[in-house]
Amino acid sequence: MLQDILVTGLVNGGVYALLAIGFSLIFGVARIVNIAHTAFYMLAAYCFYTLLTRTGIGFTLSGVISVVAVTLLSLVCYRLVIEPVREHESAVLISTIALGLIFQELMLASYGGNFLGVPSTIEGVMRLGGVAIPYQRLLILVVAAVMLAATWFFLYRTRVGLAIRATANDLEVANLMGMNVHRMAMVTVAFSVGLAAIAGVVATPVTSIHPFMWLDPLVTMLAIVVLGGLGSLKGSIIGALVIAYVEAITVFTLPEGAHLKGAVALGIMVAVLLARPEGLFGVAFEEER
Amino acid sequence: MYLLRRAWAEMRNEVLVLPSRTLVLVWAAGLLLLPLIYDDAYVLRILTMTCLFAIFAASWDLLAGYTGQVNFGHALFFGAGAYTSALASLKLGVSPWLTIWLGAAVAAFFGYLSGFLCLRLRGSYLSLATLAFPLIGLGLLFAFPDFSGGELGVSGLQRLVTGAIANYYLACVSMLVVVFGLWAIADSRFGIVLHAIRDDEVAARASGINTPRYKLTVFALSAAAAGFAGALLAHYLRVAGPSTLEVALSFQVVIWGIFGGVATIYGPVVAVFILYPLTEWLGSFKHFGELRLLIFAVIVLLVLLFMPRGLTPWVRDKIELLCPRCKQRNFKLRTTCRLCGAGLEAQVTRAQRLVGHQ
Repeated sequence: MLQDILVTGLVNGGVYALLAIGFSLIFGVARIVNIAHTAFYMLAAYCFYTLLTRTGIGFTLSGVISVVAVTLLSLVCYRLVIEPVREHESAVLISTIALGLIFQELMLASYGGNFLGVPSTIEGVMRLGGVAIPYQRLLILVVAAVMLAATWFFLYRTRVGLAIRATANDLEVANLMGMNVHRMAMVTVAFSVGLAAIAGVVATPVTSIHPFMWLDPLVTMLAIVVLGGLGSLKGSIIGALVIAYVEAITVFTLPEGAHLKGAVALGIMVAVLLARPEGLFGVAFEEER
Repeated sequence: MYLLRRAWAEMRNEVLVLPSRTLVLVWAAGLLLLPLIYDDAYVLRILTMTCLFAIFAASWDLLAGYTGQVNFGHALFFGAGAYTSALASLKLGVSPWLTIWLGAAVAAFFGYLSGFLCLRLRGSYLSLATLAFPLIGLGLLFAFPDFSGGELGVSGLQRLVTGAIANYYLACVSMLVVVFGLWAIADSRFGIVLHAIRDDEVAARASGINTPRYKLTVFALSAAAAGFAGALLAHYLRVAGPSTLEVALSFQVVIWGIFGGVATIYGPVVAVFILYPLTEWLGSFKHFGELRLLIFAVIVLLVLLFMPRGLTPWVRDKIELLCPRCKQRNFKLRTTCRLCGAGLEAQVTRAQRLVGHQ
């Protein structure tokens, strides 16, 4: 049981971290609370499923095409729906909610509400110290680790990353220093949705695809981001691991754990917020006036 | 006779001078008179539900619009009211007329509790943290199915009154009372303090306002109204199910509130009266039935692209003008202000419009 908890927590933590970092970045740079973030994760999963079962072009190509397509779609959505109402915070908020609903309903209309499954991308299990780890879960873990490293490299070792961090830090000053903050927002949206799409593609074989699959990760992701501190990369990763392990422990040890896992994870988030209102690693915001 | 004349004068000077107020009057009178003219059970059923959701949306606006505590978990209060009233009337055998008040009271307690937990949070943190509360409740409900009925909820409740028309009047009158009550609160001195808290909490505190106490009060008030609506809905549908706590309902109320225009109270009510019957109506078509949520979302998106501040502020700006001198609203066709006699410019500059919007 201990091994199960360790592996499940780590694998789920990887997926959650990919989602949470993207959400956190978009919030930090563009000040958009992107409720539709996990809807893109769902879209990538559907796209992957379709390409895989209808065209037979292989796992890698399907995955790459799905990620690219969903990323492009996110840019289109951003330009058409979010950008015109950027000045009105509340309008942006419900635009993203409406986008999520639209994607959910489109998928419901075109694929029906059935649970769809994708076969494992790699078969077989690895034995490690007496515990069997399916290669699929290992793949998720590796992809998540690689993407996290890539994110770190992108944000901390490239000029665009520097500009993104500057914009997140202080939008007006970044603008005055000659950074194109609108373009930065677009780059961030594309990058973040790309991360979510990758998470969707690699996690599909271990979960089932259905039109409402975006709601559960959405709540978990929000809990992680708030727990770790909005806009903090380190916070998102640690928050993701904390929440994933708490969920795994609840599921494996408590009776009725499957129902309670969300409640326990969210309870922990609330407890942390009571002690530190800005999350574990969030910067205490100066009052924005 | 004197009183009648007095009332008519009040009506003419205060209500009929402004098209928006006239519209509200016509709408309220229309709602009350409708069953006398047209008593189709299906239409009455939809309108009953609409009225109950209107209470819910208006209560959200008091909290989110006026006080700026944008609550993403308003369904918690709705569900708390529904479940409390359902369980109390079913397990204890108390009359539903008493348990709806108990439901509202328990909801108010939950409101106080979430307000207490969120006192130090602001902005997006508050929104995202409040999203968690109904889900914690939902998890607990599913974990103890003996008590809560699990997925099926608590069913077999008594209705408060029998008959479609009686139920309609119950919902309609409660809606009018609660909504006008909330509007009066929002328009009072208390409401001004709430505005101040939303716009600048530090300045409000520096002016000697005990902001935590105000925030807790408004959380409890808003939750009580939402719980009241939830209890009424549970007894109307004769079931209190887990759908009253779902994320979808919390998002729905946010959509209603922002679509109608925040910080107006009447805005969300208008939005519910447009959007809820619209979705039901779309659902009645065979081919549209599956697409109704999609169409709903597309409509919301399109309307927002053109009216980013919401529907009612946009309409209000179209039919009414702000007096440049005394900042009172006037009918668009007037040339002078109805109160101070200053000339009304045809074109109000953008800056003035921004100042004039509450």
